Amino acid sequence: MSFIPGQPVTAVVERIEIQKLRQDGNLILGFSIGGGIDQDPGQNPFSEDKTDKGIYVTRTSPGGPAEAAGLKVGDKIMQVNGWDMTMVTHDQARKKLTKKNEDVVRLLVTRKSLEDAVKKSMNPCYPRP
Amino acid sequence: MRERLTAAAAADPLTTRRKLGGILHISETKVNVVSEAALWGSCQSWIPEACLYSNPFLLLSTAANLPTLTRDSHSSAQSPGLSSVGMDTESTHSGYSYHSSRSGRSNRHGDRSRERHKASSSKDSSRSERSVVINPPDTPSQDSPVHNGEPLPGEPTPAADHGDEAQDDNWGETTTAVTGTSELSVSQEEVVGLGKEIQDRTHNFRRYLPLAVGICVGLLVLATPLVFLLLPTVMWSDRLQACGAACEGLFLSISFKLLILLVAIWALFLRPGRACLPRVCVYRAFLITLTLLLTMSYWLFYGVRILDAQDEDYHGIVQFAVSLVDSQLFVHYLAVVLLELRHLHPCYSVCVIRSTDGETCHYNIGQLSIQRAALSILEYYYRDFPLHNPALLSASKHRAAKHLAGLKVYNVDAPGSTAAAQPSNGNQSRPMVTPAGKRKDNAHNELYYEEADYERRVRKRRARLVVAVEEAFTHVRRMKKEDENSTPSDIMDVREAALAIFPSMARALQKYLRTTRRQHCHSMESIQKHLAFCLVNNMSPKAFLEAYLAPGPTLQYGPERWMADQWTLVSEASVTSGIKEGTEFLLRCLDFSLAVTVKGIPYIRLTEEYIDPKSHKFLLLLQSETSV
Repeated sequence: MSFIPGQPVTAVVERIEIQKLRQDGNLILGFSIGGGIDQDPGQNPFSEDKTDKGIYVTRTSPGGPAEAAGLKVGDKIMQVNGWDMTMVTHDQARKKLTKKNEDVVRLLVTRKSLEDAVKKSMNPCYPRP
Repeated sequence: MRERLTAAAAADPLTTRRKLGGILHISETKVNVVSEAALWGSCQSWIPEACLYSNPFLLLSTAANLPTLTRDSHSSAQSPGLSSVGMDTESTHSGYSYHSSRSGRSNRHGDRSRERHKASSSKDSSRSERSVVINPPDTPSQDSPVHNGEPLPGEPTPAADHGDEAQDDNWGETTTAVTGTSELSVSQEEVVGLGKEIQDRTHNFRRYLPLAVGICVGLLVLATPLVFLLLPTVMWSDRLQACGAACEGLFLSISFKLLILLVAIWALFLRPGRACLPRVCVYRAFLITLTLLLTMSYWLFYGVRILDAQDEDYHGIVQFAVSLVDSQLFVHYLAVVLLELRHLHPCYSVCVIRSTDGETCHYNIGQLSIQRAALSILEYYYRDFPLHNPALLSASKHRAAKHLAGLKVYNVDAPGSTAAAQPSNGNQSRPMVTPAGKRKDNAHNELYYEEADYERRVRKRRARLVVAVEEAFTHVRRMKKEDENSTPSDIMDVREAALAIFPSMARALQKYLRTTRRQHCHSMESIQKHLAFCLVNNMSPKAFLEAYLAPGPTLQYGPERWMADQWTLVSEASVTSGIKEGTEFLLRCLDFSLAVTVKGIPYIRLTEEYIDPKSHKFLLLLQSETSV
């Protein structure tokens, strides 16, 4: 998931739709994010490229809406409801996710296993019978 | 007071012992109970006044020179500037006789309001409980019946009425001798007194010898060029060729150079020395020899080439004289470098430890001979080390004595001894375990509780003292403009003001000093003087008290405590050799010594690293995790 500055970013993404859960008067999604262009990318344990300043999922609460929707720890969030998440600060990302008037967030997330799966299917490794 | 007189009069054996010239051991407790009048009246005649110099003149002797006389406290009756006070008194007691010498002038007999100093440097703790009184020697109101300082209540013998003391001069004279030594109980024979006289003469001789030699050599050096110039004009003036402006220029240069040489010689060699060292300084001897050699060789050449040949070229003769003055100036330059500059550059670090209480200090000194290093260390000692107080060491000695008393000593080699002999241990004694063992178990307990108790007592007294002093200071303030019209009886000068507020704090101060065993360092006169000084300079009570709460450097106290003539340098290496890494020597004073070890300052290798100022860039390292 490294990018070359100036070139468009390409990634294999998965669409995840999470319904916000109302709990104690707050709308929560049930996961934690880390990263951002104002953060230190070297301390991100989930990124392959340690210069990647994207938003990553660091934790999902068990039984929460995010886990139910299929979000996994280590996913990189590329878009939230159409808003780009690859070049945002940590606080901007948080704000896009926690808008009070939205009940559902549609995320585009990418992970290494997706890339691998696509590569494998494109790679003609077994000879066709 | 009568009981004191009888007690003192009963000490008749003292008189006989005094006639033999012996210093009595301080454990003769009665002798401290002495009446001031007789004491001071009799001492006036023979206790020399201490001459006050700005710095103590240090008299340093090597151990080889003075085997038994190092503890001579009366050696310097003639040498000025030394702080010895009289024949048999050690420095710790000289506060007593210092008073007496000064108060002998004032009319002290029959003074009622007096307090006496406690015997200083007492080894016995029992002595600290006895009552003592401080002397006010020069009080203006000494003839008035008003008591200057109230007698301390709670003392067993209040000092209330001194009116009818007998003026027995004989009796006073015999008892002054016992004003006390510190831990030393050395008896002095009269032979020592004889030896002292000879030593005094040699001291004076040695002190002024460098000055005499310097003057002689200086005169020789200054006169030689002038003689070189004058002799031709005197002896064969008719045949001399006159030389014009060049010679006049040379005359000018000679005169100015001689003037500078005169001042320089005076500055370097002829000023009064600040100390008397045991051996001659090697560099000075070398420089004097060099100068004399130079001058003699010039005389030789002059005699052969000019006097014998009767040279007519006066210009040449003048140039000859100028070259002599130049060489002498260069020798003086060498002298400046050798004597003054060499020891300014620090290359050794010395560690000085006082033997009795372990006070340690470190100093950096340059390349010096051992005796000069000892001299500068002593000057640092007078500045940095707190006053030596033998009274504080008595506790550990008691413990050691008790420990030894609990040991039973067996002589293993005694015939018929049934104790098991260890063949390797020769004559060593072995302690018996059982009774001493139990006592040893309690020694540290005792020490712990004793120290805790002492701390508490000191803090209590200190608190009372601070409060008393603060209250005393509130009673007096500086006069302002509008007070000028107030009652004139209230307006006092600073001395009267100090005397007026002193009594309210005297008792608390006295008790505090006695608890910390420093009461012998401060006389009432000095306390009042200090109080007046603080009032004049608008100091706070805390500033006034600082002088008494902690022991200051030795120079702060009177000259009787300096003992500047009692130092002995004990060294294995020759004292004129230079100090090196690992040199050790000892500076011994009367009852303590300073152990000095020398280490070199390490060779420091410093390397350089260049940092471009634009390379200072920073990143923000935040890593926060937000749950959404």
